[in-house]
Amino acid sequence: MDPTPLTRTRPSTAEVSGTDRPRPARHVRLDYSRTRQRRILLHPEAVVVLNGTGAAILELCDGRHTVAEIVSELGTRYRGVPEEEVRRFVGRLVARRWLELSDG
Amino acid sequence: MDSPFGLLAELTYRCPLACPYCSNPLNLADYGDELTTGDWMRVLTEAGDLGVLQCHLSGGEPLLRRDLVEIVAHAHLLGLYTNLITSAVGFSRPRAELLRTAGLDHVQISIQADEPARSDRIAGVPSFRRKVEAMGLVKELGWPLTMNVVLHRYNIGHVAEVLALAEEVGADRVELANTQYYGWAWRNRAALLPSRAQLAAAEEVVRAAVERLRDRMDIVYVIPDYYSRYPKPCMGGWASRQLTVTPNGDVLPCPAAQSLPLPRASVREEPLERIWAEAPVMTAFRGTDWMPEPCRGCPRREVDFGGCRCQAFLLTGDPARTDPVCHLSPDHELVERAVTAANSERRPRGSALVPRPHQARRPVGPRQVR
Ligand code: SF4
Ligand code: SF4
Repeated sequence: MDPTPLTRTRPSTAEVSGTDRPRPARHVRLDYSRTRQRRILLHPEAVVVLNGTGAAILELCDGRHTVAEIVSELGTRYRGVPEEEVRRFVGRLVARRWLELSDG
Repeated sequence: MDSPFGLLAELTYRCPLACPYCSNPLNLADYGDELTTGDWMRVLTEAGDLGVLQCHLSGGEPLLRRDLVEIVAHAHLLGLYTNLITSAVGFSRPRAELLRTAGLDHVQISIQADEPARSDRIAGVPSFRRKVEAMGLVKELGWPLTMNVVLHRYNIGHVAEVLALAEEVGADRVELANTQYYGWAWRNRAALLPSRAQLAAAEEVVRAAVERLRDRMDIVYVIPDYYSRYPKPCMGGWASRQLTVTPNGDVLPCPAAQSLPLPRASVREEPLERIWAEAPVMTAFRGTDWMPEPCRGCPRREVDFGGCRCQAFLLTGDPARTDPVCHLSPDHELVERAVTAANSERRPRGSALVPRPHQARRPVGPRQVR
């Protein structure tokens, strides 16, 4: 087995529209770290420790909510997470294939 | 000091295959005294308490451990993301179903090349067909699948076919990992190191495939550091994010570190938490204080951490030197020489490949497992 440094050859962000319904890719799991007291995103090669907004967005990335719905849902909870920020966050994770999109 | 995110549990160095690029240590026989099931359970519990979230079950061939299902079940109970890194030899349907029930999250299967003859020649054992079947089984049982291929002079020309195979078996991720020169790969470096032309051709294929398969497959290409200007940020910094436990219970910052001249630390003697915090093998190169010039004054010192300590040691005999892969290293010539030889017309062809011994049975005199 090799100690593996990874280099990604893919673009760092993807276009996301308001009607897309993001959900975690098969190999990705949203979880919680006791020691860090934070929500985390697990992947075969990496871990992302989430901040409050990131965790709130990802909890709604269940393949049912559209990006527009996520934005309005968070709007009621946090009084304004700008749509731009949600799209950028989701777009970055889609580009890395941590999230997948289905539309319609 | 942060808590580690990942544990690489090298359950055994026994393996039915004999890959000449294997990064397992040369002195395989010294690791025959393997940890018991109970030891591993304790190690996993301690790792979870320490903050570990991911557990990579590796080797050698982890399926050779008869207690693999129990180990997975325990890791799953602790809430760890479990990843099986396997050659797929021994991945039978009943075993796979038990692992599925035990909560295994992800399977990574290595193949040696794109087709049976070449793959089996490199593996030293007929195994290609079983691997392809196992990949089908992984998908059938609903796991995400990563297909891993270690690249070198004898298969890098077939990256396109490898990618086609990955598509055919429905891999979610493909890792095309250029060989890293540790263990048996170090021993076989002169034979394995590809030429510049081979790399350029492979990279073009990979770039096109990333574009084409963008929505279907995650393609990860691990660059060959001998050909880059800067070293890799090995393990995200020494003893910073990952730790490795070897089959006999030694704790290391990375799987290549057993060769370094540092005192051993073992889970048989001390709790993992103390080892992580205090053992010299962990603290020796943590952070940036240990750095010599040119790293000490370099703006990249927090980017690549001066590169790989094991590589510095293998190439120069001193683990505290700048990784010679870096073009700023005073020892860079050592890497350049190997690269020049790999690109020379008069290269002796293929003759020097030494397969690692495959060792399907336990060496004599180990402890009883369980
Ligand atoms: S011999 Fe091959 S399959 Fe076995 S551990 Fe080494 S690299 Fe992996
Ligand atoms: S000098 Fe050291 S820190 Fe700077 S790029 Fe080279 S290896 Fe990295």
